[in-house]
Amino acid sequence: MNEANLDDNFHLARKKYFLELRARLIQNIRQYFINYNYLEVETPLRIPAPAPEEHIEAFPSADWFLQTSPELCMKRLLAAGYGNIFQISHCFRQGERGKKHLPEFTMLEWYTLESDYFGLMNQCQDMLCAVFRETGYKHQILFQNKKIDMSPPWEKITVIDAFARFAHTDCESAIAADKFDEILVEKIEPCLGVERPVFLYDYPAKYAALARTKKDDPQIAERFELYIGSLEIANGFSELTRAAEQRKRFGDAQKARAAKNWLLYPLPEKFLSELEKMPAAAGIALGIDRLVMLLADTQCIDDVVAFTPETL
Amino acid sequence: MYTASDLRKGLRLKIDNEPYVIVEFNFVKPGKGQALYRCKLKNMITGSQFDRSFRSVDTFEPADLREKKMQYLYKEGNKYCFMDNETFEQVYLTDDQVGDNKNFLIDNLDVEILLFEDRPIGLSLPNFVELFVTEAEPWAKGDTVSGATKPVKVETGYTIQVPTFITEGEKIRIDTRTGEYLTRVKG
Repeated sequence: MNEANLDDNFHLARKKYFLELRARLIQNIRQYFINYNYLEVETPLRIPAPAPEEHIEAFPSADWFLQTSPELCMKRLLAAGYGNIFQISHCFRQGERGKKHLPEFTMLEWYTLESDYFGLMNQCQDMLCAVFRETGYKHQILFQNKKIDMSPPWEKITVIDAFARFAHTDCESAIAADKFDEILVEKIEPCLGVERPVFLYDYPAKYAALARTKKDDPQIAERFELYIGSLEIANGFSELTRAAEQRKRFGDAQKARAAKNWLLYPLPEKFLSELEKMPAAAGIALGIDRLVMLLADTQCIDDVVAFTPETL
Repeated sequence: MYTASDLRKGLRLKIDNEPYVIVEFNFVKPGKGQALYRCKLKNMITGSQFDRSFRSVDTFEPADLREKKMQYLYKEGNKYCFMDNETFEQVYLTDDQVGDNKNFLIDNLDVEILLFEDRPIGLSLPNFVELFVTEAEPWAKGDTVSGATKPVKVETGYTIQVPTFITEGEKIRIDTRTGEYLTRVKG
């Protein structure tokens, strides 16, 4: 290497170890799903109608949008009779930039037929244990000077219990005071998955726009989040397949968006009309970049991608 | 007015009629939840700090501060002296007011002195400064492992991580906002 370009690639070159780790991790994830006969699918990044969500903003792309998640297209595949499917794709969310956020990030999304959120928690645990093992992380991960014990079974705690245990408050009054997310981020997340991975589950229904609610308690949605080392890694749920209910929730989200002067997307009518045909399934989105951060033992998402918006 | 998406480290806001600067900033957001803009705010006069989380709907008033270009002259005791090169007016800042900026402050450097109601309360450096390396381990020729670093000392006494090919006597460009090495300056 000549001296003139030593500087040019110094900043990129120092990430090489992390990017190699990233590649191995993605290859091992892909292999896991192939081994279990999941079909790898590709759906368009540019779509006419993203799911309206109160707190997620899509980037416009001409008169369409960049996907914020591959969820709607993948569910249409399920409705068309494709069995278990997975996808590793880029997602785009406007305004999300921080130590743990990039406006363009990589998501693993998979759907398992005839499963629910409890089945999916177990599968997620099995998948990550297998992938970590293949990637060279057998029993524990050292993250930010703390050892995280990866041996199953992983812990599970309900949202209500987590509010009581870590924030010493009740979930209901947090919601009433519009402090749910604030308390979750500031008081609860720092305590989650510190010694071992933990599933936070049973979310208040209003925080799970595409999840099924529990049969015996319509106030609770069958949704969970996986935390490891205080990092939010994955979000899964028993999928809502009732189109009328889904349409109503999209409408609620549109209203909340309108109140903030956020853009109103057209409703994803094709998705809504096919949803009734979708078989019972559980689906999950997992942040690949966060997973690499964990194994690479870094607190900064910039370290695990080759380029950030600022370095292009 | 600023909105939450304008918030970043270094931004100055007026809160309760006092100037504040954001000294730590982090964007946090549960995947499906609302964005929170966590700030550590420092009162630019008293130096006292507090944490606050803002939301995307919050708006902010900019702090009405004036900056004046001045040149750093010398340090005497715990006072740093700066001069306006046109009016020859001199102002002084304390150690506390200069803070970590001292790592990059060399004689005759042009800086912006910050005035709040005509009182000097701080300074801001140019984003990039060029400093001589005064102490460095020699570069083992041929050691071109990409991405490897070593610590060196620059003329202000500041220690910084640089690529291994940097040698004593060379000049390097440093980003004063992050304190990190950027590039070697060709002589």
